[in-house]
Amino acid sequence: MVAIASYGGYIPVFRLGRQEMSQAWGIPGVPGERSVASADEDSITMAIAAGFECMAGIDPASVDGVYFASTTPPYDEKQCASVVASALDMRQNIFTADFTDSVRAATVAMRAACDAIESGSAKRVLVVAADNRPAEPETMWEQLLGDGGAAFLLSADGPATVRGFQSVTSEVIGPWRRSSDRYVRAFEPKLDTQYGYMASMVAAAKALAEKEGVGPKDISKGVFSAGDPRSNVALGRQLGLEMPQVQDTGFLLLGNTGTPQVLMMLAAALDAAKAGDKLLVANYGDGADAFLVEVNDAFPAVPGKRSIQTYLMTKRMLPNYNAYASFRKLMVRDRFVPKSSPVIYWRDSKMELALYGARCRKCGTVQYPIPRVCVQCGTKDELDEVKLARKGTVFTFTLDHLVGGEYLSTPVPRVVLDLEGGGRTFLQMTDCDPKEVSIGMTVELTLRCLHEGAGFHNYYWKCQPVRGG
Amino acid sequence: MPGIKDRVAIAGVGCTKFGELWEKDQEDLLVEAVYEALDDAGITPQDIEAAWVGVLYHFTGISGGTFAEPMKLFGKPVTRVENFCASGMDAFRNACFAVAAGAYDIVVACGVEKLLDQGSSGLPMEGGHPVMGGVSAPGLFALAATRAFHEWGWTREDLARVAVKNHKNGVAHPKAHFRRAITMDDALKAPMIAWPLGRFDCCAMSDGSAALVITRPEIAKTMKHKDDYVVVKANALAVDSTYPMYRPGYNWLGFPATKKAAAVAYEEAGIKDPVKEIGFAEVHDCFTSTELFNMGDLGFVDPPKAAEAVRDGMTEVEGAIPINPSGGLKCFGHPIGATGCRMLYEVTKQLQGRADGLQVKDPVLGMAHNLGGPGSVCSLTILGRHD
Repeated sequence: MVAIASYGGYIPVFRLGRQEMSQAWGIPGVPGERSVASADEDSITMAIAAGFECMAGIDPASVDGVYFASTTPPYDEKQCASVVASALDMRQNIFTADFTDSVRAATVAMRAACDAIESGSAKRVLVVAADNRPAEPETMWEQLLGDGGAAFLLSADGPATVRGFQSVTSEVIGPWRRSSDRYVRAFEPKLDTQYGYMASMVAAAKALAEKEGVGPKDISKGVFSAGDPRSNVALGRQLGLEMPQVQDTGFLLLGNTGTPQVLMMLAAALDAAKAGDKLLVANYGDGADAFLVEVNDAFPAVPGKRSIQTYLMTKRMLPNYNAYASFRKLMVRDRFVPKSSPVIYWRDSKMELALYGARCRKCGTVQYPIPRVCVQCGTKDELDEVKLARKGTVFTFTLDHLVGGEYLSTPVPRVVLDLEGGGRTFLQMTDCDPKEVSIGMTVELTLRCLHEGAGFHNYYWKCQPVRGG
Repeated sequence: MPGIKDRVAIAGVGCTKFGELWEKDQEDLLVEAVYEALDDAGITPQDIEAAWVGVLYHFTGISGGTFAEPMKLFGKPVTRVENFCASGMDAFRNACFAVAAGAYDIVVACGVEKLLDQGSSGLPMEGGHPVMGGVSAPGLFALAATRAFHEWGWTREDLARVAVKNHKNGVAHPKAHFRRAITMDDALKAPMIAWPLGRFDCCAMSDGSAALVITRPEIAKTMKHKDDYVVVKANALAVDSTYPMYRPGYNWLGFPATKKAAAVAYEEAGIKDPVKEIGFAEVHDCFTSTELFNMGDLGFVDPPKAAEAVRDGMTEVEGAIPINPSGGLKCFGHPIGATGCRMLYEVTKQLQGRADGLQVKDPVLGMAHNLGGPGSVCSLTILGRHD
């Protein structure tokens, strides 16, 4: 048996009203708003954020594999799952893999994780999915897409079981990007909707229902990915489901988040589910995957863990299209790129990614970065590594107008933080209004892409006002 | 600690005009400052036995060649000194020790920096850790100012008052970068650089060089300034944490390096009551808030009361302890390696009664305070008239 032990979602704090996009270009507008990843966010950082939600209260050492799914992996050559595993402080003797090239990668990874657990090669596998797909300026894609992430921990046991995987493959040119393309492309969508989406999803879902012996009345929710706000409803109708039985895609508030969409929808459905519920999940992309989730028990409440709903509600509206264009780096700008070194990134990864400091055995002072000699009592080499908290209080700060970078605007808040449980650090604050920064303010740490020094993604911690806190 | 009190004399001083010296390079600046010091001492380049040159940035110069090459003085012992913004005064310190030890009779300490060749919008942010560093100089010092606003109730007006005072002093100084009085309004309405520091709270990016001829008192007695040479009463250097922002419990109210250096220097010079005994001080006002912190750290005033003391005129040229009668870094700017030597140039001329700008009335002792890093390196010198 394979079960969902835990799950979590992540939505960037920034949203843009779609009317801002239609006004910017003088093109028709779609109602609602979309989520927009911050300038310092990418699929890796959003996958990590979702991973932290999913892993709240769970020992990372219990996980045997991390699968990363995205059509927008920040690296073409170099694994992303390894970054996620390091930041989540997973063991090193685990299996990590990236699943990509199709928004179906999320359920491909889910199926691979279930197969691994069923075969006995792993007891627990964490699947993380995230996307921030590139939309061509002055097209509807800008309004249709959204950014986000989701994570599911699959395990031999858990409150909800997963079973009955059915897949189909289908070669219909739906949305695509060649390796040389900057933006998502699509042909007239009718072909893909009818002969791709509808055909594949129906085939996979029907095969699943038949195999598991469930009819439309047995299904409490149909969780169907969809690139637009209507296709999933039409699919539900085709499968004999009533409107309330079809899980909303979140299109009006988020847009189509691509790879993580189906898992974000499943997370929202599980938040509302009760024991005995059966969820039929189907995901499209060059074919389709379908599986059944049966809820047996309520998922345990973990203090501080945030639901998809909390992430939906905690938002900041971008003032205009320019802000979006700046975040997406749609204008080519030459900025100062700090120096970096893969050597230092590797040597310090336990501090920089897994966020370890040290505690002095003599005086007990928790300190960061990890020194050889205690900063407090001067004792040499008597320090134990200690995991630092991802929460702290602002001790002092500045709003720096001289530091440039990939920002919507300066100033950049730089804050000295006292971390819960000890340790002091010095970080940039992101996803905030600089006017809100104050001494004594509580903040949470968030892993972001700090800069591109030495031509690689230099991930490091920033802090942000606590979301939903 | 025996120290070097009364064992080292300054026999000559030189200083270029500070400013945006686009048409000059580091060679022009260093040669001008050193030749002025040599003329002042009445000696020739060949009389220099050894030299120390303070420089921070590699683009101004690396190695002892920073001095030897422009001076075309080859084959002599020259050392480049780097110790953050206190590089200049640390060059002086090492030169003093060589003379006090009897290793040489006549040496030169100088400093130079050519910041404008790198552009003019803030010090280059280079070196350091790829992700744990990366903050501007104003950003670092602002962390302390924000804390003092919170703990001590200092305000942006308190900072502006320091800028107004120093700009007033600088008007008279022919070598200052800025010779323009400003109003409170000018200071308060200037663009923000790093909250709570606005443009007039920050010292400027400037070019410059300064130099000193150093010898022992018995030799100074035979030289051009035999009647009014100046002696070193104390010199102290303290190096604190380079990364105070990571230091648990660090309170950001003032700078420990200054407190430590002051304690050592006062003991060496035998000073009990600095405000009464020291005639004036050139202190490191890289930012207006730094000048306020310095007043507390140097023991001039109860630290939270520094803002009040400035308001009451304590640090005006006619006040109980004039601070930065030259106009300070606020008016000279801060060509890093040059600043410590420029302060010593100023203190020497004040003690000799020949200040270029505003002359403090009859000082016997004067202080030069040079602070580097985020308050992490302090070099402090007390000079006095010879007995």
